[in-house]
Amino acid sequence: MIEFERVHKTYKVGGREITALEPCDLQIPQGQIFGLIGHSGAGKSTLLRLINRLEEPSGGRILVDGIDVTALPAKGLRQFRQKLGMIFQHFNLLSSKTVADNVAMPLKLAGEHTAAEIRTRVAMLLARVGLSDHADKYPAQLSGGQKQRVGIARALATSPKILLCDEATSALDPQTTAQVLQLLNELNRELNLTIVLITHEMDVIRRVCDQVAVMDAGQIVEQGPVAEVFLHPKHPTTRRFVFEAEQLDENEMANDFAQVQGRIVRLTFQGQATYAPLLGQIARQSGVDYSILGGRIDHIRDVPYGQLTLSLVGGDADAALAQLKAADVTVEVLRA
Amino acid sequence: MNYFTNVDWYDIWMATLDTLLMLGGSLFFTVLLGLPLGVLLFMTGPKQMFERKGLYALLSFCVNVLRSLPFIILLIVMIPLTLLITGTSLGVAGAIPPLVAGATPFFARLVETALREVDRGIIEATQAMGASTRQIIVSALLPEARPGIIAAITVTAITLVSYTAMAGVVGAGGLGDLAIRYGYQRFQTDVMLVTVVLLLILVQILQSLGDRLVVHYSRK
Repeated sequence: MIEFERVHKTYKVGGREITALEPCDLQIPQGQIFGLIGHSGAGKSTLLRLINRLEEPSGGRILVDGIDVTALPAKGLRQFRQKLGMIFQHFNLLSSKTVADNVAMPLKLAGEHTAAEIRTRVAMLLARVGLSDHADKYPAQLSGGQKQRVGIARALATSPKILLCDEATSALDPQTTAQVLQLLNELNRELNLTIVLITHEMDVIRRVCDQVAVMDAGQIVEQGPVAEVFLHPKHPTTRRFVFEAEQLDENEMANDFAQVQGRIVRLTFQGQATYAPLLGQIARQSGVDYSILGGRIDHIRDVPYGQLTLSLVGGDADAALAQLKAADVTVEVLRA
Repeated sequence: MNYFTNVDWYDIWMATLDTLLMLGGSLFFTVLLGLPLGVLLFMTGPKQMFERKGLYALLSFCVNVLRSLPFIILLIVMIPLTLLITGTSLGVAGAIPPLVAGATPFFARLVETALREVDRGIIEATQAMGASTRQIIVSALLPEARPGIIAAITVTAITLVSYTAMAGVVGAGGLGDLAIRYGYQRFQTDVMLVTVVLLLILVQILQSLGDRLVVHYSRK
């Protein structure tokens, strides 16, 4: 469990105060994948680095499993960091060390293990991330996706309960991104690992996160379960992220709506409702005709969802909507 | 051997030995002192882990003073200090302290530059692992900067070779001294030629050795 209590961060640049993070309260439960999304400069990177105090907070308290991180002295902070994994956008592997030596580094720094223990642990970690054959290579000989998997193995070397991901997939191509996210997903479940990840891509949030916080100008502007935030975005910044990810355009949609008659509704199906042949059934029974104006069908983490925008003409529309609501479909009326 | 009538090969051999002794001795102490100084310059420098504006300015000033002093002047100014350190201000032993004093600031600057080339992300990652400052320097910074530091040692060694030519002023001998006293002042062109060729060979060996080591340790 990571808790932020009125944590804020200001910098002094040339005598002027710049606010990187407005006073912020936040709770990240154990075992969750928690996403922070925002444009560059929104403060998400600062927020992430406050957790292991790579950035010193200007005020407030940060508690990790009940320990006040902000009050730790230098030695305590080093020990705390040894129990926290972190991966980076540009991997930050040591180019002068082999893959195995990179992974062994946190263990060697901690100085609590014999050489034999370290060898065994490194071999196990490399096997887990699928890089056993590359142990003696240097990072420059690996692809981006392989480098990030080394980064993950290194971050997990000391068996941390928390993994911080700083734009971990932003430098990777879409296919490699999917593989790395899949690995994070599995590790989260296998190890009950809390993962805090920051990204500027809504797609990353949709694929792996349980909870999301949207940041803008040093503030968390919207927060909640991913399904809720993703399917019903409220804040303009959130809406922009979702529309970007779905390649939707609000102006274009308004134009389309002007072309059609009748009521316009947006239906959101989640879980089992996504697979049921509801729409046809209900249309037949209520005599309502519908045309589909837009839609998306995909997964949020592992839960399937569908979201359709329809125009309804004729028949008993109210009865149809009541039946949909009864079947756990969320109905939003966009034009009555 | 008609062309080399003035060349006393025993003198040449002794001079070569003197040059190598001065080079080896001064390079050893230059690296010993210059490496920590370079690390200190880097760490206290602008926007680094231990940014200390005052200390950095002071160190930087001292380095600049020593670097701006012509070596021949340093050689003479340092005589009292050299006496204190080695007990003599003459010969190879008398030359090594001024050589070290001349080369250390130069080498330290090169080390500082090599360390600045290390990706900041690597320092951050090592910090995030819970490394102490000493561990960051020893386990991350120095290994990552190793090719740059080897290149710095190479350049410094070659600079020291040319400095030793002036060490004749304190009677240290060496190939450069031979070239000046016989080749230049007595117009013995053959002596000049032999010493210059030997110095050239020495520099070539140092440079190619340095280059090979840099390549060997470069993983990028």
